[in-house]
Amino acid sequence: MSSLLEIEGLSVEFRMTDGVIRAVNDVSFDVQRGEVVAVVGESGSGKSITALAVLQLVPQPPGRITAGAVRFDGQDLLRLDEDGIRGFRGRRIGMVFQEPMTSLNPVLSIGRQIMEAMQTHLGLAAAEARARAIELLQAVGIAEPERRLQQYPHHLSGGMRQRVMIATALSCKPDLIIADEPTTALDVTIQAQILHLMQGLCRQLGVALVIITHNLGVVARYADRVNVMYGGRIVEQGPAAEIYRTPSHPYTIGLLNSVPRLDRPRSAPLDPIPGNPPDPLAPPSGCSFRPRCRLAAPHCAEAVPPLRTVTAAHRSACFELQRLRELVPA
Amino acid sequence: MTARDALFELRDLRKYFPVKRGLVFDRTVAQIKAVDGVSFTIRSGEAFGLVGESGCGKSTIGRCLLKLEEPTGGQILFEDADIATFDGRQTQAFRRHVQAVFQDPFSSLNPRMTVEEIVGEPLLVHGIEPDRVGRLQRVRELLSVCGLPARLVDRYPHEMSGGQRQRVGIARALALRPDFIVCDEAVSALDVSIQAQIVRLLEDLREQFGLTYLFIGHDLSVVRHICQRVAVMYLGRIVEIADCDTLFDDARHPYTRALLASVPVPDPEIERRREHQVIQGEIPSPMNPPSGCAFHPRCPLADETCRVAVPALQAVGDDHYAACPKVGEASPDPAWVAGVTGMNAMRPSTAQDEDQSSCHHDFPSS
Repeated sequence: MSSLLEIEGLSVEFRMTDGVIRAVNDVSFDVQRGEVVAVVGESGSGKSITALAVLQLVPQPPGRITAGAVRFDGQDLLRLDEDGIRGFRGRRIGMVFQEPMTSLNPVLSIGRQIMEAMQTHLGLAAAEARARAIELLQAVGIAEPERRLQQYPHHLSGGMRQRVMIATALSCKPDLIIADEPTTALDVTIQAQILHLMQGLCRQLGVALVIITHNLGVVARYADRVNVMYGGRIVEQGPAAEIYRTPSHPYTIGLLNSVPRLDRPRSAPLDPIPGNPPDPLAPPSGCSFRPRCRLAAPHCAEAVPPLRTVTAAHRSACFELQRLRELVPA
Repeated sequence: MTARDALFELRDLRKYFPVKRGLVFDRTVAQIKAVDGVSFTIRSGEAFGLVGESGCGKSTIGRCLLKLEEPTGGQILFEDADIATFDGRQTQAFRRHVQAVFQDPFSSLNPRMTVEEIVGEPLLVHGIEPDRVGRLQRVRELLSVCGLPARLVDRYPHEMSGGQRQRVGIARALALRPDFIVCDEAVSALDVSIQAQIVRLLEDLREQFGLTYLFIGHDLSVVRHICQRVAVMYLGRIVEIADCDTLFDDARHPYTRALLASVPVPDPEIERRREHQVIQGEIPSPMNPPSGCAFHPRCPLADETCRVAVPALQAVGDDHYAACPKVGEASPDPAWVAGVTGMNAMRPSTAQDEDQSSCHHDFPSS
């Protein structure tokens, strides 16, 4: 069976007054039905722009998708016009964003916002949409759903709002949900609740999930497969268990060594990645991680390293992979 | 809990904020008990951690220690002197000893001042370096201590990266050679790779200058890494306090355990074995906190008594206190514990010994 989502060679650039920012460069990955795929990276790595590009939500101008294809169930979403893509947004692909206060409309009731998608996409009558909205709110753990439908976003706590977003994303029974930092703005215990809920519902309904995050713990707990992004490119991709067991890109290793962890002795040293992320307007030549990389060699400046196979499904974009393996045995 | 070497001692600290209604005759209709009877000691030279979720009062305590908020009740002793009794001159002297680093360096640095002006301002205000040449020299030194090149002196905050801005904030805090720094979510807004750099810097500075920190944060892994002792807060009260090793290996209070269980660790193998017991419910509003133990509506161990009486901190171990009447009883539901303690024990047993070396993907130091 073919992939549910297949992103191939996606490139997105932004034309700014002081230059061109190549936010996403030749990004390819796929998502199978029902699986959880993570895109990890720090700010400016291009992870959110990749997600927005899937649904043609990159603001144009200044943004522009310069190359690539986004095949969803065999159909290239990038070739669709505004009407065509609308049939996918919220219908077959749901979205959950970081800050539910800004992604919910403050002047519309919760009920109206959940029902809107179902009425538009599924042509449901108001009464039927309302009944489904009540069922959805119950499913996401909101008590007294009838009363909540009448309320407005500001009546709800951050965690509750994110539950409403999830209910909305699920309302049309999508095949895929893209969640961009869905819990970053929430408190620790609420964060765990929301992720647990999303995972449970997606499993139950067979919905595939793309989680975009900077949190390596969240990835380890929920993702089946991982794409690590740096400087607008995927630098490593593969099954989660393998990436954590044998990280095979200096950036991934640096990232894993720079987080303090509850599962390690308290005295375990932190080993930060030196330097700063690349300036998006003037990225370094060749490999964009080169200036911060302890393994950088002269040829790293000459060309961009392509993703190469480490083991079956595990790939890394590093010219010095062999030296890396000698220093950090698998 | 008094210690000889106490730098700060908080005794039953309370800070209530009035809730006002009405446009002309604003009446106080309620009180938010942001901090409600907190006592602890910060020992000289240690990093003391304060953790909890939003609204638990951790930042308010930091502001009270900085004398930026007037407490409603209780005392704060700095080197055995009550800071509420300080007159103007004493307060000014106190402020030289006590500095702060905040979460978002973009909003805590004046956008219209250069780095030289930002870092030099405390030196000017306190009359330490009235001469510009001398001040510039000192600013350069401070920047270099914080790992910034001296050429940044002419930069404005918007011309720097987040990590650089946070370093400037730290340089400013160090300018007066303080003894004590409140780090309020000082690394929370930074990217993972930059966060580690700033954590390292804060650790190095503490060692180099013998500083004492109050480290306020919500990221338990970071707090555990930096601090020697830690207090966990929930709705204005301390629920558990201990040294870091004890607290993270042997958490007793159900809320501390819930917090620890909520933190995913970056290892799929461990996560697969872990019991994911998710704590139910939301953080109650501090305006209308639950009766008795504020955690009881979410607590898996709560019974009738918890709804009535506010539990006091009681000793549960050496220098380890928890505010829960249930801690002494038989151990709770095993599934509940499994998600929390003994994460190391959950690693595959064969790998246990080589654990340290194989899992820290070491590069030889260059």
